[in-house]
Amino acid sequence: MASFSLNVNGKTRQVDVDPDTPLLWVLRDNLGLVGTKYGCGIAQCGTCTVHLNGAPVRSCTLPVSSVGSGEVATIEGLSENGDHPVQLAWKEADTPQCGYCQPGQIMQAVALLRNIPNPTDEDINNSMSSVLCRCGTYARIRKAIHLAAEKGGNL
Amino acid sequence: MKQPDNALNRRSFLKISTLAGGGLLIGINWMTACQPEGAGAGVDRAAAAAADFVDMNAHIKIADNGWITLMSPNPELGQGVKTSMPLIVAEELDADWDRVLVEQAPLDTDAYERQVAGGSYSIRSTWDALRQAGATVRKMMIDAAAERWEVDAAQCSTDESEVIHPDGEQTIGYGELLSDIANMEVPEEVTLKEPEEYKLLGTWIPSVDSQEIVIGAPIFGSDTRREGMLYAMVVRPPAFGQTLGSVDDSAAKNTPGVKDVVTFDNKVAVLAESTWQAKKGRDALRIQWKNPEKLDNTSEHFERFRELVAQAPDEPKRKNGNAEQALAGAATIIEGVYEAPFLPHNPMEPMNFFAHVREDGVELYGPTQTPARARKDVSDRLGIPEAKIEVMMPNQGGGFGRRLYTDFALDAAVVSQMANAPVNVIWTREDDMTAGIYRPAGLYSYRAGLNEQGELIAWHLRAAAANTGNGTLPNNFPAGAVPNFQVDFHRLDSHVTTGAWRAPNHNFVAYAEESFLDEIAHAAGKDPVQFRLELLDQARNNPTGEVEYDIDRYRKVIERVAEMAGWGKQGENGIYKGIGTHFSYGSYIAQVADVSVENGNIIVHKVYCAVDCGTLINRAGAENQIEGGIMDGLGHAMFAEQILQNGVPQNDNFDSYRLLRMREAPEIEVDFIKNTLRPEGLGEPGLPPTGGAVANAVFEATGKRMRKQPFVSNQLLG
Repeated sequence: MASFSLNVNGKTRQVDVDPDTPLLWVLRDNLGLVGTKYGCGIAQCGTCTVHLNGAPVRSCTLPVSSVGSGEVATIEGLSENGDHPVQLAWKEADTPQCGYCQPGQIMQAVALLRNIPNPTDEDINNSMSSVLCRCGTYARIRKAIHLAAEKGGNL
Repeated sequence: MKQPDNALNRRSFLKISTLAGGGLLIGINWMTACQPEGAGAGVDRAAAAAADFVDMNAHIKIADNGWITLMSPNPELGQGVKTSMPLIVAEELDADWDRVLVEQAPLDTDAYERQVAGGSYSIRSTWDALRQAGATVRKMMIDAAAERWEVDAAQCSTDESEVIHPDGEQTIGYGELLSDIANMEVPEEVTLKEPEEYKLLGTWIPSVDSQEIVIGAPIFGSDTRREGMLYAMVVRPPAFGQTLGSVDDSAAKNTPGVKDVVTFDNKVAVLAESTWQAKKGRDALRIQWKNPEKLDNTSEHFERFRELVAQAPDEPKRKNGNAEQALAGAATIIEGVYEAPFLPHNPMEPMNFFAHVREDGVELYGPTQTPARARKDVSDRLGIPEAKIEVMMPNQGGGFGRRLYTDFALDAAVVSQMANAPVNVIWTREDDMTAGIYRPAGLYSYRAGLNEQGELIAWHLRAAAANTGNGTLPNNFPAGAVPNFQVDFHRLDSHVTTGAWRAPNHNFVAYAEESFLDEIAHAAGKDPVQFRLELLDQARNNPTGEVEYDIDRYRKVIERVAEMAGWGKQGENGIYKGIGTHFSYGSYIAQVADVSVENGNIIVHKVYCAVDCGTLINRAGAENQIEGGIMDGLGHAMFAEQILQNGVPQNDNFDSYRLLRMREAPEIEVDFIKNTLRPEGLGEPGLPPTGGAVANAVFEATGKRMRKQPFVSNQLLG
């Protein structure tokens, strides 16, 4: 066990865990931030996507010891009330079915839109193909990303 | 689990005994006191939380400030019932949807019928009860207002949770009438709305869970966190048919955070203070497994299937005329052998379950499609009466049939009892993908005969599949349209556990028979759409045996999708079209896939889909189900298979098991046939036609038949 000081959603959080513990389980089991989901544990499904220094990363394979003082952002840090432009677009398009992968989808989409404010379908394919949705909400995810791009706002 | 508001709970409870109708709600258990979840996007949670709710019946609570809570009895796993079932109550109640909260009901077999998510049956089984529940309370509100106003109740109307005076001016809110109806008799006969009076049904209503989902709220079973709770991971035999030998748990027990190791039913569970510690402890177990019998191999399964379909079974599943004789005399014979792999369900949320077995009772909380079965199985296993077991369902990260089974709930209950602790059993993806209850593998051998005029005179399916198989559905179209028709099935017993997988029975046979129909149409020199319509005419004008599908409804979706897709042109801009149709769970579906094949890769550009599901409940949810079904049908037909070697599933995660991704997701256009018939299933029917539509389009593009799933295993190049 070792002590780590993490910067999560703009706050400093102390945890005492094994250094090889993936960030995902630190968020979920130690910090109570269960919005980030487990899907595969091998960085193949993207369900666990969070931002590290603004870039989308798969938290299931990222050892907590490698996070250092990097800024971690999770779905809980996106907005207080679900009114981030991407969250609003997600609701407007009625995107989710079961909803389990959607925090990962949203975090990936936010990163995409910050890089490319008006993504083409090809841009969306390239970025969003890293996050699986077993319910098959892809057409609505695509629609919601276009909606968010059209409406703009503070990403 | 949200915190109960006990004050609110007590007030509600006191009034229950005087107010009951459309199903009784007797007693309050721990979950009815949970904070309700918001329905509309603009729900004012503060106002709702302050409300004093009165239970009207098992489905409806109304507060004095006009807020209404509607209970959603069935498990929600993405099929949208938590929105669509309350919506039906709200329609008949004439509730203001913007002031409606929806609350998941716990398992309560006295209050609710069939709390199951399966068979696309939630709406079909509760449509009458939900309407009745809403209409009964609406009538009571009208009667109460009429009495207050001293007017004729028949002249009053309702809208948005208010009764409207015959003068059309005065209104009174439902919340203001609660004291008036406290002593009122519950009416036995009520008038249900006519379809043209619907205000909510058929409109676009977003999911009541979208807010919770987009903020990452702890609504899923795997999010459960309780005081003193331990995380458990369970090792199961790596190969089907293996049993537990010796267990050395010394290293596991010395793993930091590990609290206990328990052995049961050929399994070993490691309990720890965190998920990662439980996993590390589990990895440290040293187990010897035993192989009491020969283990399963996929290649041997298919050899056996081929041997079996060469033999006649004792009894056909359906027999009209004499297919063998007709084939012997046919001018043209068409043959096609179709192969179905085992498929794991792979919901994005792997199996998990929370159990707390205490001296005084058991709490079960977790994702299950069959809470009543979970309770019964836990009761049987632990020897604790069902009355002492409470079951609550969280939102569920998909199910696709896997959560119809109770193995994971039993694991949680047994481990909790053995370790004497509240336990959340967490499965890894590898656990989830390798633990079985797969869609059964099988082989479907078809033969058809045409006469000199190119008419279909004989159809013979002989299928062989693992265990109970994956359905031959002997009464499917074109049964009834072919004078000599036979369906046979052989069972091959396997150690591989098999079960229901989304659109069970239908999911594969629909693809096989729609592909084979296409083969026949081409052999007969007929257009595939026209060929199907002619067969439907044959079933109408000169049926053979029972016809179990509605010919007009079937015909209409085919005609509609042909129109949507601009059927008739092949190869325009490199796009080829294929059709697939199917009737399942009460709904009629026809799809056309637009496909191109480039460098041996199948690219599905668009899928058109015409649906007759009777009365449309929620357009937003219905379209989502159809879109999801098409993506699911496409992805699994294209990419997915589970292979066994010496009993061990070879694909254990998403690096080797391929699911559909965004770049492979087609555009989808859905149209619902308008009618006022009873609502039918939607969670499953979208899936079955897609594989056939795509396979038939690939044939148009390449001249090659996709007779094996996954399609990527068919050679398209060279």
